[in-house]
Amino acid sequence: MNSVVTIIAQRLALGLLTLLIVSIVIFAAVNMLPGDFAELILGQGATPEAVTAIRSDLGLDQPPVARYFTWLGGVMQGDLGNSFAQANFANFAGADVNSGLTSVADQIRPRFANTMFLALVTAAIAVPLSLTLGVLAALFRNSLFDRIANVGTLTSISSPEFFLAYVLILFLAVLNPWLPSLSNIYDGMGFGERLQRTLLPALTLTLVVTAHMMRMTRAAIINLLASPYIEMARLKGLSPMRVILRHALPNALAPIINVVALNLAYLITGVVVVEVVFVYPGIGQLFVDSVKIRDIPVVQACCLIFAAAYILLNLTADILSILSNPRLRHPK
Amino acid sequence: MMLAYIFAALLALLALGWAFRAAGRAVTGGAPYFRDMPLSIGFGYALGAALLLWVGYAYVLARTAPPEVANKLFFLRVAVEGLVLFSVAGWLFRLAGRHIGTAASRKLFRAMPVTAAFGILTILVYAFVAIFAGWLAPFGQAEILPQANVIPGGNPALGGDPAFPLGTDQIGRDILSRLIYGAQNTVGIAFITTCIAFLLGGSLGFLAAVLGGWLDQLLSRMVDVLMAIPSLIFALLLMTIASAWAGSERWLLTVYMILIIAVIDSTRVYRLARAVGQNIVVMDYIEAAKLRGERLPYLIFREILPNATAPLLAEFGLRFCFVFLTIAALSFLGVGIQPPLADWGTMVRDLAAFINYAAFAPLAASTPLLAAGAIALLTVAVNFVVDWMLYASSGLKE
Repeated sequence: MNSVVTIIAQRLALGLLTLLIVSIVIFAAVNMLPGDFAELILGQGATPEAVTAIRSDLGLDQPPVARYFTWLGGVMQGDLGNSFAQANFANFAGADVNSGLTSVADQIRPRFANTMFLALVTAAIAVPLSLTLGVLAALFRNSLFDRIANVGTLTSISSPEFFLAYVLILFLAVLNPWLPSLSNIYDGMGFGERLQRTLLPALTLTLVVTAHMMRMTRAAIINLLASPYIEMARLKGLSPMRVILRHALPNALAPIINVVALNLAYLITGVVVVEVVFVYPGIGQLFVDSVKIRDIPVVQACCLIFAAAYILLNLTADILSILSNPRLRHPK
Repeated sequence: MMLAYIFAALLALLALGWAFRAAGRAVTGGAPYFRDMPLSIGFGYALGAALLLWVGYAYVLARTAPPEVANKLFFLRVAVEGLVLFSVAGWLFRLAGRHIGTAASRKLFRAMPVTAAFGILTILVYAFVAIFAGWLAPFGQAEILPQANVIPGGNPALGGDPAFPLGTDQIGRDILSRLIYGAQNTVGIAFITTCIAFLLGGSLGFLAAVLGGWLDQLLSRMVDVLMAIPSLIFALLLMTIASAWAGSERWLLTVYMILIIAVIDSTRVYRLARAVGQNIVVMDYIEAAKLRGERLPYLIFREILPNATAPLLAEFGLRFCFVFLTIAALSFLGVGIQPPLADWGTMVRDLAAFINYAAFAPLAASTPLLAAGAIALLTVAVNFVVDWMLYASSGLKE
């Protein structure tokens, strides 16, 4: 038991280190911008005095290393800085930068909750569905059902997210008006209504991730079917369903859990495009909008959040597979 | 109410499945296949037959019913016709491949599934269209014609125009020409990007495998860090910076995008090339070559590369799909390939609003799906071919 704790602690420390390095990479990338934010905000005709004033307001006159630690310290305390898009006018009016404008953290918080809701709904549909389909495909392997499922999953893996999204909109929102095609979500909505408006983006994401999870489930189970103890179970006269559910599935769980966690990590990337298609007020939409207007603090913060979630899920996959497979606890 | 109907239908299907099994037993006199059949398989047959019947019924309805009913089923009809057309095309192509060509290529086609044959055919067609786009397209890619918003189909009664078989967009650009040029731009740019990624990732990966030591450590840790950021997110972050660098030079942004995606994707290629390379480096023939005093380029290009072709080729196909989809997604989000270049991702975004007219003008609604479908078709085709290559080379049978 002790060794498990050590291994998990090691992995956690490694994850934190990765996150730290990633934050340096993001910060360095943003600092490769030509000129600086002050010139960017004020545009070409700025007087040198105004530029200097904004620089000292935003702390841009400090050396990069000092700025990095200021930013990092702020992030640790939940302060992600102020959005430039909002800062614009306050500066022109000569007001204090921090007076009466929304901070990045305030912008991100409600949207982060929305995105988490979308991801949860997707996971709640996709994980049971893909496991069931994967077990069925392994059970009826090489049958017509397996072949159709193979072609179908390959098609949905390789289609771009927006193609799947528009096909779903076409059939479930336009031709048969069952679900709304725009996810207009606001505070204080009832759970049922919220769920209904989230369903279409969630279904799109489900199509994207189910295929991969199902194929891996099938592969993991079929991998085991050649082992002697499965042969034994078959010779005992157990039904094929029982052989797979009771004997193969528990041993195939490690790779399956791994692939589920990795696919949830993949959701993070998929969420950006899908949120834009459905105008879902999540963090991906905010990210793309900020990229377009070059609102650097927001881009920086969103990027850090996405990277953190990605690292966290990968870490979870790693730890879960160690827990489910004792052989991994004793590295050679 | 709805739930009750679904429940009743499931029960009916179950009964049908049971009847099918009983009938099979009676007719064949208890053949082992029917004797040992679980009820779930009978249910599966019944469900499949019911779905097939429903599709057939809906297809007939789509061809014969008055427009207000048929419009709703238009896309189903297109899907059915497309599926049949593509399967027949793939089958015919395989048939042709089995009888034409050298002995080796004929042997290759004999063991090929229809999906892979269809994939190869599609890739060839795309390559042809991409290379000869300038001759094939009736209009220029940025040419603005006086006729805007022409409905596809070429039927003047429905608002079409025979001169524009796929119609024109909001500002009067011919959609067929833009689709054809889109093949050149989108596929061409994705291909160049993948090649750069392979050149970069492959050579560094082999170098790390051969030299090992601190170079290997340095490169691998750098790649680890880059891979810890989701690729689309990182690409978007870097595109923000690139757009500031490029300023008003739109074409420069496209060049930056190629470099950014190539660098991000080269990390994945590096991982594979290093892993494959490390397996080859420990072989005796590498040892022999080293003892002969061969130089590094000879080791990499003459000894390692020929032995790593198969996995790298499969990876090239998959990597191309990823790059292609990333570029399409970036363009769809508005930060990828820039106008006036025609490209499929941007076309989908520009035409997306038409999809809301699907119930009464299905032809108009099909335009955004054409561009999105063009992207999907190519990636599906490449994946079919890669899947078959992996299956054939792994020798998996169970």
